[in-house]
Amino acid sequence: MLLLLLGIILLHVAALVLLFVSTIVSAWTTGDTGTSDLWTNCSTTNGGYHCDPASTGEWIQAVQALMILSIIFSCLSLFLFFCQLFTLQKGGRFFLTGTFQILASLFVMSGAIIYTVMSPEWAPDTDSFGYSYILAWVAFPLALISGLIYVILRKRE
Amino acid sequence: MIYQKRATAHLWRTRCSLYSDANTCIALSICALLKQVSLNLQMPEQSQAIVIYTGWERHALVGSDIRLSCSFFSWRWTSEDVTFSWTYRPDGSRDSISIFHYTGGVAYVDNKGPFRDRLEFVGNPSRRDGSILLKNLDFSDNGTFTCDAKNPPDIVGRPSSVRLLVFEKVPIQAGVITGAIIGVVLGLLVLIVVIYYLMRFLVARRVFSLSVRSVPGPWLGALCQWGLCQGRELKPEPIPGTDTCVAKLA
Repeated sequence: MLLLLLGIILLHVAALVLLFVSTIVSAWTTGDTGTSDLWTNCSTTNGGYHCDPASTGEWIQAVQALMILSIIFSCLSLFLFFCQLFTLQKGGRFFLTGTFQILASLFVMSGAIIYTVMSPEWAPDTDSFGYSYILAWVAFPLALISGLIYVILRKRE
Repeated sequence: MIYQKRATAHLWRTRCSLYSDANTCIALSICALLKQVSLNLQMPEQSQAIVIYTGWERHALVGSDIRLSCSFFSWRWTSEDVTFSWTYRPDGSRDSISIFHYTGGVAYVDNKGPFRDRLEFVGNPSRRDGSILLKNLDFSDNGTFTCDAKNPPDIVGRPSSVRLLVFEKVPIQAGVITGAIIGVVLGLLVLIVVIYYLMRFLVARRVFSLSVRSVPGPWLGALCQWGLCQGRELKPEPIPGTDTCVAKLA
């Protein structure tokens, strides 16, 4: 029982950490001349390495908002899990926790999809996707699985 | 203060006693002290510098006019020899050219460069305002404008730059949509939670007040105290579905 609990918490925390890293570290696209990311555009010109704030388009702001929302919902779901662990009756399901976690995974998915579709607008085609983008895609199934486990799980003892 | 002076004098006397010519030594030391004191008195004025304020970035539409503001802060009164000068460095270029200069009460605007006939001085030097007006902007006007102001004798300062960006249509400010989406979603969440608890409270209250009808006598006084009677008349027959609730209450 304790092992199961630890495993679930570990999965949740792993998804949360991936979300944090993906949002904070600006490495969504990388290329020869520089990186074009969620928050800043850094480029190596003749004068050296300098960063500008990201383009103020509507879609990049939507991606920023969705990533932040997914972090908020995942944190809330962790907090709710601990609350429900102590207050739920025996045999009850962690519906609320699972809902929040699944919502978080949906937000990450929509954010990553929007970024994929709109990225030709922001970065040249020669640039490839960076590791923050990949981490966002990895965080999505982890969060989804974690949420589903919460919905299926029943509280014992 | 007196004790300090005595102590210092004693210190110098002990130091100076090591030298052969004690009197010269003491005189030199007193000179050094006076110099130090006068320096200390002067220091606050020397450390004050002129501080120049411009915007950080300005956005404008093609064909429109824009006012670039420049003002300064100085501890001294605004002198008659106050000067303002603006220089322009296009985007991607390393050279800057001078486009405006105000000195001796006369404003000299650009009459040969990229801004000829498009620049106007709209500032008020006596109010420490050295703003200029650029008319009929074009994409080639993208660049950095630097304002340098001098208020003699306060001339030590750092020029301040403002970046001009010319757009076809003004873009939305960074973070507006982000904040809006986050705010809406969190607001909906809070609303749902509030509505859920409200419904629970109302339903519980309704169930509680309905079950008053079939509650035995001694209980009634307590319930009426709590204001849950609502003037209903007592009916002996229980409402279907509340049997179990009443059984639990009793």
